[in-house]
Amino acid sequence: MALFYILLIFMVIAAIIAVETKDLLSAVICVGAIGFGGSLMFLLLRAPDIAMTQIVVEVLGLVILIRATISRDLTFISGDREFFGTVASVVILFLVFMAGMRICDTLPEFGDPVFTQRPEAASQTYIAKGLSDTGATNIVTSIYLDYRAYDTLGEATVLFTAVIGATAILRSRSRKRLEDPEL
Amino acid sequence: MTVIVKTVSSWVKVLIFLFGIYTILFGHLTPGGGFAGGVILASSYVLLMLAFGRTFVAANLPRSLASRLDCLGAFLFALIAILGLVCGGTFFVNFLYQRYAPGTPFALVSAGTIPLSNMAIGVKVGASLFLVILTLAAFRAESQEPTERDLADPGVGGKE
Amino acid sequence: MAYALCFLLFMIGLYCAVVKKNMVKIVLGIVIMEYAVNLFLIMLGYVKGGVAPIIERSQYDGATQAVASEFLSASVDPLPQALVLTSIVISLGSLALMISICIRTYAKYGTFDITEIRRLRG
Repeated sequence: MALFYILLIFMVIAAIIAVETKDLLSAVICVGAIGFGGSLMFLLLRAPDIAMTQIVVEVLGLVILIRATISRDLTFISGDREFFGTVASVVILFLVFMAGMRICDTLPEFGDPVFTQRPEAASQTYIAKGLSDTGATNIVTSIYLDYRAYDTLGEATVLFTAVIGATAILRSRSRKRLEDPEL
Repeated sequence: MTVIVKTVSSWVKVLIFLFGIYTILFGHLTPGGGFAGGVILASSYVLLMLAFGRTFVAANLPRSLASRLDCLGAFLFALIAILGLVCGGTFFVNFLYQRYAPGTPFALVSAGTIPLSNMAIGVKVGASLFLVILTLAAFRAESQEPTERDLADPGVGGKE
Repeated sequence: MAYALCFLLFMIGLYCAVVKKNMVKIVLGIVIMEYAVNLFLIMLGYVKGGVAPIIERSQYDGATQAVASEFLSASVDPLPQALVLTSIVISLGSLALMISICIRTYAKYGTFDITEIRRLRG
């Protein structure tokens, strides 16, 4: 249990450094550290699927971010910040944080979730009948590909759209030269 | 990139690709599944792109082929869903497990349409992410001035 | 206490996305928020002394086709894990989209600072 708190504090400190540092490359590397800490947390929380996915997704995300920020000018932030807007934002965020801490007290205790006390919960059905209904011994796979496969169809659509959008935004300039002779 | 990086990465990329295929195929028995396996497949090509440069990888797996693989993966996934409607009566039902071929647990051929869906998702996710990173690299190479291109960091991406 | 630290991580990401003026810093704030939300969802399903929701060969009896009862009582919640799995891959897609917008804006205006990009022209 203590390992959870150590990892969480490590992630919070890395997040504070990522937010406050002036060099963009250091901020990107700190976000990578948060991702690795998160993956270790997932492994200790008994979620090996998620840990594997988080590690590989985070490595590719780091490659994308570093390609975007390296060797571009203006890696340092300049200019003065407007004072009133910053103070108003910080005050409102602090109020939201206080409200969130109140809500965190109403959550069930960490390590004792709600579904263990309710035998009619959906997760109990998935655990008890997952192997006999679907034949897959990985219950998580049987959930996202058999019981709730519609969500996976939606996820495939969202990923498809995001990739088409990114490819369309980064269309090269030679299209303009192709269009001009037609005008 | 130096000779050491190029040699080692040309050996390692095959192992990464194989591990990605293993993660996709055994998704219903061990942790992993289609999403993690697809991202591992894409990252084997990204390793190749970082070591050898964008033009080498674009000649190996061009943008049109990657886009077609992406669409093929999405189409196969939708096809499995519609086949569930046609053969099983309900959209997306696991018709292979419930009607035709139950299989035994802990075997590779089991769980009906779940391995097939895993393969479709793996192909789709891998091709999508490879396409995005290839487009990012191509845009960056084009938007730089020729002098900047010569002075560009040789540690990132070879001869772009 | 663990939930509070996770919520603190989310608030740090929100502060970064709201207050900062560099476009890439805003993207990093959104990425930190996504990590915090995924972590919170998985933490909700943790059972103390639990096992991963994957049936092993020793827990399955082939003759009676029954799963061992210690798996049924000690398994962690598999439902948030299935939903977070798709969420992590979607966050990579949205990161690619945000970075492509940043790069395009940098190629047009020459800066990442949002206070200098006041007018959006077509």
